[in-house]
Amino acid sequence: MKDKDLDHLPPQYGLVSRRDFLKFCTLAAASLGLPLGAGVKFAEAVAALKRPPVIWLSGQECTGCTESLLRSTHPTVEHLILDLISLDYHEALSIPSGHLVEEAKKKSLQENQGKFILVTEGAIPMKDGGVYCMIGGRPALEVLRETAPLAAAIVAIGSCASWGGIPSGSPNPTGAVSTQEALGGKFKVINIPGCPPNPYNFLSTVLYFLTYKALPELDNKGRPMFAYRRLIHEGCERRPHFDAGRFALEFDDEGHRRGWCLYKLGCKGPETYNNCPAILFGDVGPRSWPVGTGCPCFGCSEQGVGFTAPIPAQANLKYVTPSIPPYETGEGGEVRLGGRALRLTPPDTYPPIAAPAGHGPSATTVGLLAGLAGVALGAGAATTLKLGKEKSKSVSETKED
Amino acid sequence: MGLSRRDFLKTAVGGGIMLASNLTPAPAAAREPKARLPEAVGILYDATLCIGCKACMTACKEFNHLPPDHSHPGSLWDDPVDLSAKTYNIVKLYKQGTGKHKDQEVDGYSFIRRFCMHCVDPACTSACPVSALTKDPTTGVVRYNKDVCIGCRYCQIACPFNIPKFQWDTAFPQIKKCQLCDHRLIRGGYAACCEFCPNGASLFGPVQELRKEAQRRLALPPGSTAAFPLHRVDSGEFLYKTVARYQSYVYGEKDGGGSQVIILAGVPYTHLGLPTLPDESGASSSETLMHTLYKGMIGPYVLLGGLFYLVYTNTSKKDLP
Amino acid sequence: MAETSTPLGGKIVTKPFMVLAALAAMAGLLIIYRYLYGLGAVTNLSDGYPWGIWITYDVLVGTALGCGGYAMAVLVYIFNRWEYHPLVRSAVLTSVFGYTLAAVAIFLDIGRYWNGYNLFLPWHVNFNSVLVEVALCIAAYVLVLWLELTPTVLEGHPQSAKAQTNRDRLERWLPIIVALGILLPTMHQSSLGTLMIIAGHKLSPLWQTQLLPLFFLLSAIIMGYAVTVFESLLSSLAFRRPFETPLLARISGVMAWLVGLYLVLRFGDLAFRGELSLIFQGNLNSLMFLLENYLFLQALLILMSPGRRAHLRWLFVAAGCLLLAGSLYRFNAFLIGYNPGPGWSYFPALPEILITLGIVALELMGYLYFVKRYPVLPQVEHA
Repeated sequence: MKDKDLDHLPPQYGLVSRRDFLKFCTLAAASLGLPLGAGVKFAEAVAALKRPPVIWLSGQECTGCTESLLRSTHPTVEHLILDLISLDYHEALSIPSGHLVEEAKKKSLQENQGKFILVTEGAIPMKDGGVYCMIGGRPALEVLRETAPLAAAIVAIGSCASWGGIPSGSPNPTGAVSTQEALGGKFKVINIPGCPPNPYNFLSTVLYFLTYKALPELDNKGRPMFAYRRLIHEGCERRPHFDAGRFALEFDDEGHRRGWCLYKLGCKGPETYNNCPAILFGDVGPRSWPVGTGCPCFGCSEQGVGFTAPIPAQANLKYVTPSIPPYETGEGGEVRLGGRALRLTPPDTYPPIAAPAGHGPSATTVGLLAGLAGVALGAGAATTLKLGKEKSKSVSETKED
Repeated sequence: MGLSRRDFLKTAVGGGIMLASNLTPAPAAAREPKARLPEAVGILYDATLCIGCKACMTACKEFNHLPPDHSHPGSLWDDPVDLSAKTYNIVKLYKQGTGKHKDQEVDGYSFIRRFCMHCVDPACTSACPVSALTKDPTTGVVRYNKDVCIGCRYCQIACPFNIPKFQWDTAFPQIKKCQLCDHRLIRGGYAACCEFCPNGASLFGPVQELRKEAQRRLALPPGSTAAFPLHRVDSGEFLYKTVARYQSYVYGEKDGGGSQVIILAGVPYTHLGLPTLPDESGASSSETLMHTLYKGMIGPYVLLGGLFYLVYTNTSKKDLP
Repeated sequence: MAETSTPLGGKIVTKPFMVLAALAAMAGLLIIYRYLYGLGAVTNLSDGYPWGIWITYDVLVGTALGCGGYAMAVLVYIFNRWEYHPLVRSAVLTSVFGYTLAAVAIFLDIGRYWNGYNLFLPWHVNFNSVLVEVALCIAAYVLVLWLELTPTVLEGHPQSAKAQTNRDRLERWLPIIVALGILLPTMHQSSLGTLMIIAGHKLSPLWQTQLLPLFFLLSAIIMGYAVTVFESLLSSLAFRRPFETPLLARISGVMAWLVGLYLVLRFGDLAFRGELSLIFQGNLNSLMFLLENYLFLQALLILMSPGRRAHLRWLFVAAGCLLLAGSLYRFNAFLIGYNPGPGWSYFPALPEILITLGIVALELMGYLYFVKRYPVLPQVEHA
């Protein structure tokens, strides 16, 4: 693709060149599982947007999710997004503070009703009227409920906003809940859990919405399927060790040093849905994720696992997605995979109880045997007819008994 | 020419001898059913604990030096469709409807691991004409000796579970099947599949202990949490898991005369490909008939004597052929 | 009544003979291939169906068709019906080839044939196995059959005095040879049926029964008579010789009784076991069962009438029906009614079929050669 093919796109996106921005969009499109052309579409959409506004509300959060976003490096996305998307309100990143920033928010809400993206970070405490998180003198709950109806889309970034996270850990003294729970059923919140989540999951989702004006496919917990469809256990690079029964039994034992499976050390990969092993963290190369460095996953993105299950406890291996490959029987009864499935057979497929086996008839053999049978029957019939005509002369007829 | 009385008598006697030698009398002469060996070793496979990780398949291949087995020519993975000469142990999947619920018969799924059952009264050892398949008198392991085997494949016909497999693609074929890691047992080890099962689905140990463990599991209330031993029944390593709803009897207790591999599952055993067998083993059935007819070779000798007498009397009067 | 046998004479290498030789040669090449590349390369046998047409046709049907010598020996030497004597030699000849080539087929079929001698070593033999009985009996019987044929062979060299002395010596052993020649098939034909008992539920209840040995024995005897009739008719027709109609008619009378007995026992056994309903299920098993027993019944109906028994055409049809019926019974009990489990299938492969054809061709070639060169067929007396 030559530069001139993209002449309809602006040559600069803020401080970022068109080329760099296109590279980023292609990456985002790929992580969403979309074809390459979608990358260009993203670039076009963003160019056309004229800096769509984003309101970023914070509840009970550590700002880790924002920090994670700031760590996306290729290109320097904080410049890109902050230049391209008008971040009208962010408690940590806004330059004004106090009354001034509250005024800015109010103004943005008035001007951009129905057009802005609401991002929430952190849990919302519900107990005692929500006094445990006050912003500008008002409970975060109230702020959220006032802002949400005006938004075009609501994205909850991080485990805290997605399902409650650390603040909701037992005994949950503040009544911390997720954004979805705080808002109730009328609103559809996209959850990007993780502690922190990989920033590309968030960025891809936002870009998808801006381009297609629709939500990506979500699972039953509001998480985008492209990132949260599979268990970590299913994508983990140490899975062959699990399958072969090679486990690290103690930190720094021989198995641990050889990079064996961490299941027996309490890895919650089998219970946690996320794409960490696929896209890693920090863009610093392979194995830049907890398991890759030898630390068992503790299920930070999964409700009921992260901050809930004891870290050394062995994960429950009941989340399996078994499937049976489509078997076909070819000529002669040989087993073949279905015609279009000429891909590698993934290790989580299993043979059915009764797979077709053995060698059956072929046109040649059936034909041959049918032919032989025909000849035999024909000869038999001819003989029968001939015998009918023969006089049954015999040796003893001429003798006396 | 009418039949003379003498000829008629001869006909009756001759025919009577022949028919009598083949009509089966009542099972009073039945061969005694074989009892379980007191020191027999075996495996308890609990399908409700099995998560289909296939570590047992990998371990089996490794410790028996078996090559990968492919379901189709282009396959890169070891993905056998069934037991074969290269696969002594296979994990299969039962899936019904949506297949969402583990160990549930309807809209559920269950794994099942198939391998040699090491029967108490094996049909294969009874069938083999040259004693290539033998049952160890202490451990009860059913072993194969390729140096005597003639490759007749009668063991394949006899086995109710279709376990012995043949090497069809070589000029010097053998019969292949699981031998309970016999080569590891003699060195103080135990079955590789049990050693590498991460979840305690395959448990090794003396069959008496395994049967007790199976009964213990059947008595546990479904939904409660209980301790399940790992690897060996006496290992002392336990996992705490939720008890599933089991089928009410242990497969292999009596089926086909009983086996040293016993199975527990949540879905009916027939769905998992385990055949419904009578308590009497095939070997017992076949041997009873054989012994009745040929006990001490008395019948044949008597018949031979009778025949000789008749032929001699008849031919001594005639010109010979 | 002194009757003699004479060689048929005539050219051995005729056009049909050459065709048979070509089939046999092709089979020979395929057999070499089998030994080089293994059973899987020439057959469609699999772990679900380890026994295919080589066992079912070449061994089971082949030996049953070779029961002519056995059946005739019983009639002539036990029941003292010497009028059937002219048919004995050709029956023995057919049996010799049927059994010898069945033994060849067994040898072809076993995978580790170089260990075959272990079958004869008492410290390895497993006397609980039905197959031992079958193998030892058939091996012994093949020997006995050749011994029974030896007088014919020796007589074919009338000029050699040594041959004649040996022939006379052999005469003295006749009673024990013949006695063995009746005992051995009784034992192994029934044991061939017993083979399937250990398969248990894998054989459909339509065929699985404790009476398997009895049914195999009865059907083998019936097929023995039927093949004798069949072969006599065909050779009279082919070699333009007179037909032995009265003899054949009387044999057919014997057959009729046996078929009647067989059918009564067969259906009685099914009723006793409560499995009659399986006949009407409309699946492959029930259809094959019906066909098998229809053929028996049809033959019985023909043979029940004395008029038809004396009629060549009906004799041929009845004998043919019985041969088909008995063969189908063996196919059903070992192959068609045998179901190792869902998913398995078997149909013979092309090389497998061709090897079987070649073996049959070899049998026919052997028969033709012997009949022309040696005094097998009874001499035709001209009035």
